[in-house]
Amino acid sequence: MTQAIDNALVEGPDSSIDKSVEEITDDISSPSGHERPSNAKLAMWLFLASDFLFFGGFISAYLLYRGRALEIVDATVAAGGESQKILSDVLDIPFTSATSFILLMSSLTMVLSLAAIRRNDIRRTRLWLFSTVVFGTIFLGGQIFEFTSFAREGFTLTTNQSGSTFFVLTGLHGTHVAIGIVWLGSLLAMSFSGKLVQKDSEKIEIAGLYWHFVDVIWIVIFTIIYLIPVGK
Amino acid sequence: MTAITPKLEEVNTVSARSHVGKASKFSTLLSRPTKTTGPWSWFTSVDHKKIGILYIAGSLIFFVVGGIEALLIRLQLFSPDGSVLTAVQYNQMFTMHGTTMVFLVGMPIIAGFGNYLVPLMIGARDVAFPRVNMFGFWVFMAGGIFMYSSFFMGGAPDGGWFGYTPLTSSPYASGVLPGNGTNFWVVGLLLLAVGSTTSALNFIVTVVNMRAPGMKLMRMPVFVWMMTIVSFLTVFALPVFSAALIMVYFDRNFGTTFFFAATGGDPLLYQHMFWIFGHPEVYILILPGMGIVSEILPVFSRKPLFGYSVIVFSGIAIGFVSWGVWAHHMFASGLGPVVIAAFGVSTMLVAVPTGVKIFNWLGTLWGGSITFTTPMLYAMGFIAMFTIGGLSGVTHAVVPADTQQTDTYYIIAHFHYVLFGGLVFALIGGIHYWFPKVYGRMMNDKFGKYTFWITLIGFNLTFAPMHLSGLAGQARRTWRYQEELGVTLLNQLSTVGAFLIAFGVLLFVINIVHSKFKGKICGADPWDARTLEWSIPSPVPEYKFLETPIVHGVDDFWHKKYEDDADGRPQLREGISLEDEPLRVSTEEAITKYGVHLPSPSFWPFIVPLGMLIAAYGLVLENWLTCAVGVLVIAGGLVGWGIEPDTEPSEHSDHTGAHA
Repeated sequence: MTQAIDNALVEGPDSSIDKSVEEITDDISSPSGHERPSNAKLAMWLFLASDFLFFGGFISAYLLYRGRALEIVDATVAAGGESQKILSDVLDIPFTSATSFILLMSSLTMVLSLAAIRRNDIRRTRLWLFSTVVFGTIFLGGQIFEFTSFAREGFTLTTNQSGSTFFVLTGLHGTHVAIGIVWLGSLLAMSFSGKLVQKDSEKIEIAGLYWHFVDVIWIVIFTIIYLIPVGK
Repeated sequence: MTAITPKLEEVNTVSARSHVGKASKFSTLLSRPTKTTGPWSWFTSVDHKKIGILYIAGSLIFFVVGGIEALLIRLQLFSPDGSVLTAVQYNQMFTMHGTTMVFLVGMPIIAGFGNYLVPLMIGARDVAFPRVNMFGFWVFMAGGIFMYSSFFMGGAPDGGWFGYTPLTSSPYASGVLPGNGTNFWVVGLLLLAVGSTTSALNFIVTVVNMRAPGMKLMRMPVFVWMMTIVSFLTVFALPVFSAALIMVYFDRNFGTTFFFAATGGDPLLYQHMFWIFGHPEVYILILPGMGIVSEILPVFSRKPLFGYSVIVFSGIAIGFVSWGVWAHHMFASGLGPVVIAAFGVSTMLVAVPTGVKIFNWLGTLWGGSITFTTPMLYAMGFIAMFTIGGLSGVTHAVVPADTQQTDTYYIIAHFHYVLFGGLVFALIGGIHYWFPKVYGRMMNDKFGKYTFWITLIGFNLTFAPMHLSGLAGQARRTWRYQEELGVTLLNQLSTVGAFLIAFGVLLFVINIVHSKFKGKICGADPWDARTLEWSIPSPVPEYKFLETPIVHGVDDFWHKKYEDDADGRPQLREGISLEDEPLRVSTEEAITKYGVHLPSPSFWPFIVPLGMLIAAYGLVLENWLTCAVGVLVIAGGLVGWGIEPDTEPSEHSDHTGAHA
């Protein structure tokens, strides 16, 4: 009796036992002409999903605290205490918009470099990889400039929640950019020693996935930190 | 059972590859290792079986260490106003006991089972990323050694296994939790998170991409299913916890104010982030146990698993619901009535798929021809003990009751019934069950049964009284209790029980060691089992499957042996004899004649974690030079790793695919 119920729930072994090996192999490989993602690509996608939640933790902390620092500072001043800087006092939105634009453009050069290696055009691959590295470095330089100028104005990691969440979140993103730059730089170096050829295009594709992810995350961070004003 | 030669051939276990290819292997310092046997191969191997054994052996060592910590706790609590440990030592013991059992025993031993079994169960020769696999093991070892070294470097972690803020996040200089212990805890857990994440990614990719032809998702053994669900939970739960740990590290060492209430920080944020990870973590630990039990029960009932697909979907449902119940760990923190009511309901909901599974296991036993072997006893012990733990879990969903139970020994009783009575019973049963596959020898069954009964009695003697002492008001994490509380006898029973468990574990370890050398030699399929790993020789040869198996249904191997007669009873197919042994050839022959592709060993999965260990010490001691050295070792290791091909091309010409 239990067996009968069980068979109704699970496709019994006999239903497909007559199939040929080829049919079974077809069953598993490509159900509707879709190609399976390669192991490395699938792992990269999963890692990025995981990394997204990692950022999610810091973004949540930022969103939770963004209004509070203002209230605390206002309360301190009302009680006759010393005023503290908060994020909205120091942000230079036009400057960061420019470096953000450059970072977004690096995604374009990343795509161009993948297209080039697929055409087996190693010279252009190098050119676009190099541009990506340069754009990434400009963004990173902009961030370092931004951090130091904020610190000079008296807004640091330890000032209050506003400082802690801002510096740790954007600093974490900066670390991701830096890792990406080293990664792409290594690929560039490999191309000069002849170790990066057309059949290795997946290496660039996977580095590219990571790079685009870093850009997409920046769009989210830029929007919530720079574009949405902290309400009074 | 497609045996070609019925005789078990004596196999030359010396690797065929040790003398192929690069003969001048000592010519340069870092030339690729080639040996796949001998002591050094345990450092460089990329064979999922070896890595699986390493994981299990490593976690069993930590299991003994964590157990000793538990015994010290129990000794301290044997009598009122105990004086075995100081308060600080007591804090270190319960913190390290919890941290060890969850992160250094539970998660890695599951990774070990998964490593050994998942590829064999889905008919693959290895996991998707053999080197990443070994990397994961060494990161786990590095994390474990790192955390335990804190005992010799200014005191072990003492902030509890969930390290609530602001206790743990108070600046180092403030004198709250002095010593480096909390830093070791934070950085050590970050290391372990890296290892667990890579191993989880590896399992998912392996299961998605590397199943044998015909091994559809709904034909996979339940254990593989549970490992897949657990891997998804790990990949999505751990990063949130890592983020929280980084915040704690910054608060403690760099003076940030994430959890500093005076300027508007919120310590509750940490609790939310911890339990968003922490509750899925509970299922990360228990689901593989359910998978193991779902493999053992059908074999010894000689019946298919009752409701295979229902069990699989219940597992998926548990995985989903586990994301929506975290706040039931925080009922006492004042979240507000609506939130608390919602989480109370969702917590009751999670009992439904769990209950479904229990009934399915009972349905599997019902009407089966049951043999009470040791693994079967442990599986049945699992069902009984897990049910008790599950029922006390439902009482936590009732908010008023839970408010009373929070932070008492009732909670300790509950989660030990699910994690020890559940997970550990399943794991010990699983070790008895798969031991013949790994070593080609049976574990002593009679001895195993004694061990089971001693452990079962000891376990219940330890944890059943805790329900009562908890309801009587004994608080957890408190190093002394007063005689007037009236829980002295209950505590003494618990302590006696704990030593009985320790005796049981000792017998279990003796059985393992004895059986490895003196156990009865067995064939490929000593249990007359149902899944693919039993279709290949025991111990499993390096090449695993000589030919890729073709799968036609659930329990394919069983149906290759048996067909149903008119009454629906299994009957041996014509021409099949259970005495037949599968063909076994030397590794060399497997590679040359059968075109088996095996990944080559590598140093890098050992070197990169070494760099991580160095960097971790730098982070804890705030010595940035050490940190930089560690990062350089990591970077150099990754470059070497990136340049090195998966398999040395000089060895096999048919190198296909880019593995990492």
